[in-house]
Amino acid sequence: MSIERIEKRQGATLVAPALLWTLIFFVLPFLAMALMSLSHLEGRSVVSGPDLRNYAKIFTEASLLKGIAVSLEITVLVTVISVALAWPLAWIIATRVPVRWRRLALLLAVLPFWTSYVVRSYSWALVLGEKGVVMNALVGLGMLSEPVQIMATRSATVTGFVHFFVMLLTLTIYSNLVQLSPNYARAAEDLGASRWQVIRLVILPLTLPGVVTGAFLTFVLCIGDYITPQILGGNNELTLPQLIMLQLGRRGDYPMASALSLVLMLIVTLAYLACARWLKMERV
Amino acid sequence: MRTLSWVYLGAIFTFILLPVVVLVIFSFQDGRLPVPPFKGATLKWYAKILGDRDLMDALVNSMMVAILSSLVAVTLGFLAASGLARAALPGSALMRGLLIAPMTVSYLIIGLGLLQMFNQVGIRPSLLATGIGHVVINLPLCFAILYAAIGEHQKSALQAARDLGAREWQVLWHVAAPMLAPSLAAAFFLSFTFSWDEFIIAFLLTRFDVTLPVEIWSMLRSGLSPATNAVGSLVFLVSVAVVVTLELTLFRKGSK
Repeated sequence: MSIERIEKRQGATLVAPALLWTLIFFVLPFLAMALMSLSHLEGRSVVSGPDLRNYAKIFTEASLLKGIAVSLEITVLVTVISVALAWPLAWIIATRVPVRWRRLALLLAVLPFWTSYVVRSYSWALVLGEKGVVMNALVGLGMLSEPVQIMATRSATVTGFVHFFVMLLTLTIYSNLVQLSPNYARAAEDLGASRWQVIRLVILPLTLPGVVTGAFLTFVLCIGDYITPQILGGNNELTLPQLIMLQLGRRGDYPMASALSLVLMLIVTLAYLACARWLKMERV
Repeated sequence: MRTLSWVYLGAIFTFILLPVVVLVIFSFQDGRLPVPPFKGATLKWYAKILGDRDLMDALVNSMMVAILSSLVAVTLGFLAASGLARAALPGSALMRGLLIAPMTVSYLIIGLGLLQMFNQVGIRPSLLATGIGHVVINLPLCFAILYAAIGEHQKSALQAARDLGAREWQVLWHVAAPMLAPSLAAAFFLSFTFSWDEFIIAFLLTRFDVTLPVEIWSMLRSGLSPATNAVGSLVFLVSVAVVVTLELTLFRKGSK
């Protein structure tokens, strides 16, 4: 046997366990789910198709269609607000905070990362509740005459999400900012740009690839999350993951849950293609 | 702009730290509800949760699932990364893509797929099933970290070991593993964190023995309670301790 063939055989042997794991526990379940989405529920039993009834239902039934719209609205809103809040924070830490405090500032900015995800949403439920700290302060300061309902509304969901993703985006944008050579800003200043112009016309565009990558990550994680909308948003308007869990819990409707999951995956794939295309264009 | 910067920093840090501060303060609440006014400090909620059998069982379960699934994920990722760095295999781009693919799919969908498959072949929801799910979500991460860590320099060191007559397992154990030790540790700790904190897969794939996030979830159903604050504060404390330890030991060398 030639050395090259031995090498290839050994390489393949090493890759095989991981590949098998991925095939058996990721690809196979996915195929099973895709197949399941083509059957439908009659009474309590699954009637195997293949048919497209679930998909037809998703795009005609108001409650399901609304779930998709709600998920998209919340996700886009969260992504935009998070980027808008995280960028200045990352910039201030990277340029305004003295070097020796930088690491500490960054550590503080992502500190709540280290509580558990479920507990973080719960904490916001505490803070935003009718008797919570925020309402107490606002009423106490006389800014409100009586507590306003925030919990179990979309505002609570968005607040919880933004809190998490500001931390995530601050990290990605910060790492992008510190890689930029200070010479770009210096050159622009020498050429007469004001400080705002430097940020707006030079620094911001240079960080866009990092921002887009972070925003995509935010989009994917946000639209697929069940915990935050369930704890903070309540049951007034349901997001796509909440609808998926509802199909399972209340009716045991695996076919519909599978079909909704595939719709969710389709949305994420479309977002990915949009970002990839944009990043590619940027590079050319 | 300087003042504006500091005002902004103050405001956003308040926003970021507020829930954690409130969580910790009201875990000491001497009263039934973890909301203002603060009625005085007590440790009774901590005593209560530390004496709670279900909660402590869940904690041990989480620890086990996190350690074992991370070990499996790191091992599989390490072998695959070494294999793909070893030789130009036909279809290696495809294999890399396949190994990374689970990263782009939401945990809910991975959990749902596994639940359906396990149902069909008759595997009951259990900690083992959850562990399998956690390997699925962490394997891409471990593979990506380790594959990125094997550069040209590492490749030639491995080749040198082979040329000097080392067997493949010897190359992996005596050369590759020590050389990649920092990346292996990073991959393990990241996997551990993700598994430790993962909720939805564990929620779908466990029934009687549950993990900590699932147990906390069921605590939430009984409404707000300082006991939940105490659990959250403890988890937070442990994680911060781990992070600070890592910061002071593992990453200190790197930053200098």
